[in-house]
Amino acid sequence: MNKLFHAQSELREMDALAAEHSPIHALHPLCKLFSTILYICVVVSFPKYNFSGLVMMVLYPIIVFQVSGIPVSLCFYKLRIVLPLVCAVGLANPFLDHTPLLQLGTITVTGGVVSMVTLMLKGLFSLMASFLLIATTSIDALCAALRRLHVPGILTTLLLLTYRYIGVMLEEVSVMTEAYSLRAPGQKGIHISAWGSFLGQLLMRSMDRAEELYGSMVLRGFNGNFFYADISPFCLRDVLYLAICGAAFLCARFYDLPGLLGSLFVG
Amino acid sequence: MNIMIAFQNVSFSYDGTVPVVEDLSFSISGGESVGLIGANGAGKSTIMKLMLGLLTGQGKIFVGDLEMNKQNLPKIRQTVGFVLQDSDNQMFMPTVYEDMIFGPRNYGLTKEQAEARVDRVLNQLGLAELKHRYNHKISGGEKRMAAIATILAMEPEVILMDEPSTALDPVNRRTVINTIHRLPQTKLIASHDLDMILDTCQRVILLSHGKIVADGSADTILRDRALLEANRMELPFCLQGRHM
Repeated sequence: MNKLFHAQSELREMDALAAEHSPIHALHPLCKLFSTILYICVVVSFPKYNFSGLVMMVLYPIIVFQVSGIPVSLCFYKLRIVLPLVCAVGLANPFLDHTPLLQLGTITVTGGVVSMVTLMLKGLFSLMASFLLIATTSIDALCAALRRLHVPGILTTLLLLTYRYIGVMLEEVSVMTEAYSLRAPGQKGIHISAWGSFLGQLLMRSMDRAEELYGSMVLRGFNGNFFYADISPFCLRDVLYLAICGAAFLCARFYDLPGLLGSLFVG
Repeated sequence: MNIMIAFQNVSFSYDGTVPVVEDLSFSISGGESVGLIGANGAGKSTIMKLMLGLLTGQGKIFVGDLEMNKQNLPKIRQTVGFVLQDSDNQMFMPTVYEDMIFGPRNYGLTKEQAEARVDRVLNQLGLAELKHRYNHKISGGEKRMAAIATILAMEPEVILMDEPSTALDPVNRRTVINTIHRLPQTKLIASHDLDMILDTCQRVILLSHGKIVADGSADTILRDRALLEANRMELPFCLQGRHM
């Protein structure tokens, strides 16, 4: 299968995921948006050596994965391109920070190693939380939630249309690369000499498609204001979810939960 | 019969020099089904875009009692539905249902009202099972029918169709033709599929270089081999009398 066609299918798969039914999907989009933002803020705010505290934060994505029925493997598959980049961020730390933090037998674990792992986990958890948000909330619902927060309509419409037009552009790239490869047997990808005209053509074709789509929208009464998904008002369930998540995140951040748990068993 | 669409001395040029539509005048009565035929570049699609206010030329265009101008444009676009040639360009929302309620919601219907209308149209066209299907997962024929359904959900008085039978297999083509037959609205169908035009339209307007060459009954124009061939067209296949 054409790689671009595959990318396009993956994009649509996210729409399908967001349309599933589960207690997490049923939550108010604003509630999911707030809890995700809070989660990311708390995760990022952990000190660089507080590895054990940060590990507790894995519980949130695990629980949400379980309740929403979204496979964890799917998350890692979708994030396969970004994850190595996020993990690469802290790679230099072991060379910069040689402060010994703990001794594991004969191996001295330096602050650089701990901060590298902490940084990787922060990136990983933040990505997982973001993935869960978009996998359980449709882009329309998300934009509707943003509108409720009085984010300007032009921004949400832009976000929504950009999301839709990514698919259109991928379709055009897919058609063009197919046409190219059929007349360039044995070549891998697009030859550098054709990049200029390829990109120019892509721009023209995408603009034509976008024009047609826009025309179709205008003819059906579109005047710049999107009718986003109808979202129900905040209910008790949403408030409870947000309160529990908020309390749990703050506890994990300000109390040494692993230490407390350890002292229960060790004394 | 009341005049539903009227063109009065309409001209249009994309580059300001070569006219694509030149001094065009015609009218279409309510309930008429008119075929717009002509070679590539004859101006068929341009006429449709002028009728919808997507292009602006010289002369006057009326849709019902409304003259084409900026103030009347929303009302005109509510009155005239346009089925695009490429259904992929028409179906831009994730699901058929979301695409269908897009127009009615924009025209002020509540979600419940819009949904009731969607259900009615889908049942009328026998497409109820498509309602929650993803646009990228339905076949070309289903997509074309869904595109027609999105327009019908707006309850237009006039329907414009640009090549409604292209890229369809015979069964899907027949389904689309049967659907066109059942639509009571005023219809203007631009196509090269003259068999379909003969099947669905009582009247035909033949265009060449942006001018009307012939305007009359479909049965007369589509049987006139000399006229069609002079305008880079052929007799409909069903009238060619070929023997294998």
